[in-house]
Amino acid sequence: MSSSIFDSSPGDSNPGGDFAAREAAIALPPRNTALRRFCRHRLAMAGAIIIAILVLGSYLGPYLIPYDDTFIDIMQRFAPPFSGAHILGTDELGRDMLARLMMGGRISLAVGFTAMVISMGIGILVGAIAGYYGGIVGAALMRFVDAVLCFPSIFLLLALAALIEPGVASITLLIAATAWMDVARIVEGQIRGLRERDFAVAAEALGASDLRIVFRELVPNAVAPIVVAATLNVAKAILLESYVSYLGYGIQPPTPSWGNMLNNAQIYLTSAPWLAILPGLFITLAVTSFNFLGDGLRDALDPRMENH
Amino acid sequence: MTALVEIDSLQKHFPVGGGLFGRGKKQVRALDGVSLSIEKGEILSVVGESGSGKTTLGRTVLRLTDPTAGAIRFEGQDITSLSRRALRPFRQRMQLVFQDPFASLNPRQTVEQIVATPLAIHAGGSSATEKRERVADMLRLVGLQPHHADRYPHELSGGQRQRVGIARALILNPSFLVADEPVSALDVSIQAQVVNLLLELKEKLGLTILFIAHDLAVVGHISDRIAVMYLGRVVEVAETGTLFRSPRHPYTEALFSAAPIPDPTVRRSRVLLQGDIPSPIDPPSGCAFRTRCRHALPECATVVPPLRQVGPGHLSACIRDDIALQASIA
Repeated sequence: MSSSIFDSSPGDSNPGGDFAAREAAIALPPRNTALRRFCRHRLAMAGAIIIAILVLGSYLGPYLIPYDDTFIDIMQRFAPPFSGAHILGTDELGRDMLARLMMGGRISLAVGFTAMVISMGIGILVGAIAGYYGGIVGAALMRFVDAVLCFPSIFLLLALAALIEPGVASITLLIAATAWMDVARIVEGQIRGLRERDFAVAAEALGASDLRIVFRELVPNAVAPIVVAATLNVAKAILLESYVSYLGYGIQPPTPSWGNMLNNAQIYLTSAPWLAILPGLFITLAVTSFNFLGDGLRDALDPRMENH
Repeated sequence: MTALVEIDSLQKHFPVGGGLFGRGKKQVRALDGVSLSIEKGEILSVVGESGSGKTTLGRTVLRLTDPTAGAIRFEGQDITSLSRRALRPFRQRMQLVFQDPFASLNPRQTVEQIVATPLAIHAGGSSATEKRERVADMLRLVGLQPHHADRYPHELSGGQRQRVGIARALILNPSFLVADEPVSALDVSIQAQVVNLLLELKEKLGLTILFIAHDLAVVGHISDRIAVMYLGRVVEVAETGTLFRSPRHPYTEALFSAAPIPDPTVRRSRVLLQGDIPSPIDPPSGCAFRTRCRHALPECATVVPPLRQVGPGHLSACIRDDIALQASIA
């Protein structure tokens, strides 16, 4: 190394180190290419940003505005938006619409998200058991899934809601109970295909337990469709919550949710249309954003696009 | 020499065409009475064309599929009907290397996670650093660099992946390895490297290997003994040199004749087989090979010819002792 062209001045960057850094940059784990693809999907990015704004607005917003969602300002009933102290106007009791939309957003988003988590849990469990064990157990479970799927979910939900005292927790559970079947079918198909693969046989040859094979080897390989299903499930859950609350079986006033705000608004549709338009707008915004996010994730996580 | 693994008239039938209610009557006889004994420290190769039951044999011996009938003894213990739980201690001592290095590694795990999986299952007590060291040692042993530990399988070449598969199979120090066509998915230039690695590891670790293959050049290079399979039965077993020099079963002769010779000046008379391998759902009566055999006699259709001793350590399942067969040129 005495006469090497590399040993010029001390403190000069080490060429070997440079090479190592370049090599590391090439060998990125697969998730980063997925992230890059996702960022290029404009609608999905827009969806993600809108969801972030809705979540932040719902949880931080109420601390930033001077009105409480239950504060009744009887002198300011039916104030239209952008006309006075209440930016988005007031409802029939003079309650601030913005405050109610924010609190309603908390409920609607929380119900949507929690229902998604629960339905994913049930769906993954049922799908994994059916797909992994197959045979009679699998067939019985999947025919049960098909049977539940035969009910239009809104009627199933209403039938169940009529029997159970409505509340945030019970509505969340009911929505989860009507939304897990699609996930179960997706997971069952994935696991059934993956369990025959050699790496699953390798784990079996090592004496791995069923639990380990399913959750360490198989489910991580089905993560892309599961994530997509999860996002779409949030949208579905928000919509279902709006349905039941609009029909009066869901979240009960005075607790606001976007759905029961719509329910309240129907008698004032001609005189105070903003009471219906505003919550409707937020439901649409949230649901489409989650759908776009799901589409973007589907494209980004598609294993066929991974460069092997 | 003592037998490490003894296989006694092993049968594996897969039901086919089963309806919704009850199973179909038809069965694929993937293994139709295979008896073999694998001696401690040897490499026994199993050859045969596609559909002869080689892979099923390997997986059934490891109890990855349940045999229909017959017995498997490992180190003298009958493991034919052990439950999964009872099999667990045996899993450490018998391992499998797969044909397709692209399918046998979990694409979502790093090399380190893959090679450490056996430790997580069987060596729960050891610490994380201890496990990492064992993984690094193992990677070095199979000719990989420590920095490969953080890579994902798709970042490695086929040969490197196969080395990872071998590392995973050997990290628990098994005594018995089933290598299911471990090199047939690799480039020829890489095949030699992996075959030599297996030979080297066999010496170092005292392995016994059941080597499943269809490439006779590889088989001749690596094995101590060779078993030839046809339609779920073993038709001939002999030491490698003996089998290549003086095959006693017409099917072995035909198999040798089908192997390419890397010398265009050599002329030889080929033994060409007519037609395809018969369906294992409905195999021919008597000797399964008689439908394609140029030496077949009417008697061949009546009785299944048993494996008979035709020389020292040389068994063949052909009733015709009177025929002269071509030796392998390769």
